[in-house]
Amino acid sequence: MPAPPFKMNFTYSKVMVRMLSFAQTIPRVGIVGAGTAGFYAAMHLSKNVTNIQIDIFEKLPVPFGLVRYGVAPDHPEVKNVINQFTKVAQHPNVNFYGNVTLGKDVTLCQLRQNYDAVLLCYGADEDKTLGIENEDATNIVAARNFVGWYNGSPSDKNLKIDLSGSTAAILGQGNVALDVARILLTPVDELRKTDITEYALATLAESKLTEIYLIGRRGPLQVAFTIKELREQLKLKNCKTIWREQDFKGVSEMVGYLERPRKRLTELMLKSLQDNPVDFSQCQRLKYFKPIFFRSPTKFITGIDKKLSAIKLDCTKLIGDKLEEQRPVPIGESEVIDCSLAFRSIGYKSVPVDKNLVFTKYGTVANNKGCIIDNNVSSDLGRLYVAGWLGTGPVGVILHTMGNAFQVAKVISEDLKLSTLSKSKGGFEEVRKIIAKKNNFIVGWAGWEKIDKYEIEQGKLKGKPREKICSIDKMLEVALM
Amino acid sequence: MSLRNIFRTVRSTHSYLLRYNYLGASFSNYKSVVPLSTNIPALKDEKVKVTFVLNDGKRIETEAKVGDSLLDVVVNNDLNIEGYGACEGTLTCSTCHVILKQEDFDRLPEEASDEERDMLDLAYGLTDTSRLGCQIIMSKDLDGLEIQIPETINDARS
Ligand SMILES: Cc1cc2nc3c(=O)[nH]c(=O)nc-3n(C[C@H](O)[C@H](O)[C@H](O)COP(=O)(O)OP(=O)(O)OC[C@H]3O[C@@H](n4cnc5c(N)ncnc54)[C@H](O)[C@@H]3O)c2cc1C
Ligand code: FES
Repeated sequence: MPAPPFKMNFTYSKVMVRMLSFAQTIPRVGIVGAGTAGFYAAMHLSKNVTNIQIDIFEKLPVPFGLVRYGVAPDHPEVKNVINQFTKVAQHPNVNFYGNVTLGKDVTLCQLRQNYDAVLLCYGADEDKTLGIENEDATNIVAARNFVGWYNGSPSDKNLKIDLSGSTAAILGQGNVALDVARILLTPVDELRKTDITEYALATLAESKLTEIYLIGRRGPLQVAFTIKELREQLKLKNCKTIWREQDFKGVSEMVGYLERPRKRLTELMLKSLQDNPVDFSQCQRLKYFKPIFFRSPTKFITGIDKKLSAIKLDCTKLIGDKLEEQRPVPIGESEVIDCSLAFRSIGYKSVPVDKNLVFTKYGTVANNKGCIIDNNVSSDLGRLYVAGWLGTGPVGVILHTMGNAFQVAKVISEDLKLSTLSKSKGGFEEVRKIIAKKNNFIVGWAGWEKIDKYEIEQGKLKGKPREKICSIDKMLEVALM
Repeated sequence: MSLRNIFRTVRSTHSYLLRYNYLGASFSNYKSVVPLSTNIPALKDEKVKVTFVLNDGKRIETEAKVGDSLLDVVVNNDLNIEGYGACEGTLTCSTCHVILKQEDFDRLPEEASDEERDMLDLAYGLTDTSRLGCQIIMSKDLDGLEIQIPETINDARS
């Protein structure tokens, strides 16, 4: 082929240059929150968008969100998912930036100026309150704070809790309620092999609790806990489950109409109700687990020093057609349960970290399949998305959060492929300058690996898989060593 | 077991121990940690054919070692199914949900345990022929098994 004339060669190479620079426009995605949703979204994006650059910003110096600070210490198998997350973090196109808080160190607008897409996955951290009399009494604890406390969350490590009474009540019947009950009822020596914090072990070892109520406003057909957690509770050593026979009136007749998961769960409850009591007389220090239904808390009763002494419950019945949607209404009778400790476990809502975010009445960020509806669209701002509990509400397990994160990530990757990114955004280089003004230490993945190693070493000294660092200052010190 | 697989197993066990150094009871469930115990020497290297049908319709034919679980097959063949096997075979995640053909389902030697059913109850798109991949152990009888990987998401949810 003859050499093309000079002129043509020139335009040709210009086109080439333009094509190259187009190809090199790096799609940048900023993810806020390094929990389940953040990592699974990053997994999907890093596999499906060529050239992508993903930066994950996390409030704490350490990653994994509720997998580290929610999942119970006696469920280490669940935490194996951390190995999948670690592979994502080690992907060359994925970066982790810990100790960066959206709303404090950087604003949403600043992120959107520097990324083509911003995905919010910062979870649902705040607990819902009952709004009843004396809710501020001593020894009424948010289940979520108690979980954070035994798991070493820096914001919960100083929780005050008094386990010197014999009876506690848990308000709510979800899996978190069962986690709390199980940790309180498990023989403490079994917890010593887990990564539960040392201070929690010391407090639990002194516990005098022998009786725990699990109180729900609705009936056995509406419980929110899942069968695996219930089965585990029923098998707990030295612990006897006592149901109230009258709560199960009409339940066995319903079993045939239920879908498989609820059917099996209900059958397990019925079986446990009918089981001849095992001979527990041989057991030392027997404890009791007492789920009760159709009771709605209306008032905390306090004694001297505003200390909790009992809970007043309204008796309820259910109205409505669809089983799941039936609502409890009071029938005009009440019951008082003596207890010196109560846990509130009725759900969570998300914290509004930016004034531009619109929240639904359920405490989630308003969205359509993960896209955040944005009225003041300006072309230089990256698009906004939400995944995980912040968007779905605090329901489901890791599996469900994973499904949601993949789904939203798919939408993002399709949007990125469709949009023509004319110019690369500033990305982390620009965001770093903003954060630097607040004089923050950013902890990268290597910093987390140092913390990880340190915690495992500290754990070894005590025969535990790890001893978590519970102070942010100490985390930073180890990470920046 | 091929050298490559031994390397894989050892490496993954090693990093697993480093990352989350726990020595809990469920180890017995983590099949690829104890590969030798499931491999009867006489069956060494025996392989069967399996076909995975991914949720986008793509079919992947591959070989599976007798004695491996379907989770091992996915990991050892780099099948790259997103999120699959999050709990590494310890029956606590349900991300390894698979759907079998009725005739394949019927020829599995063991029925699902209560614990497996408990986890399956969390899965989207649960069917009568659903199983957890980490609980299905390959045997010669299972040659030609066809495994459908269901959708992990439920569009109705959000
Ligand atoms: C007590 C408890 C126990 C559970 N146990 C299990 C279990 O055993 N098995 C199971 O499958 N599921 C379990 N789950 C459910 C599971 O944890 C969730 O499905 C899942 O982790 C939700 O993921 P997420 O990414 O939405 O939120 P999270 O995991 O909470 O992640 C949110 C992340 O955002 C960070 N963040 C918050 N605010 C900001 C901010 N302003 N800026 C930057 N970052 C921020 C947080 O620090 C956190 O790391 C449990 C949940 C709870 C509450
Ligand atoms: S891999 Fe988790 S249940 Fe099978």
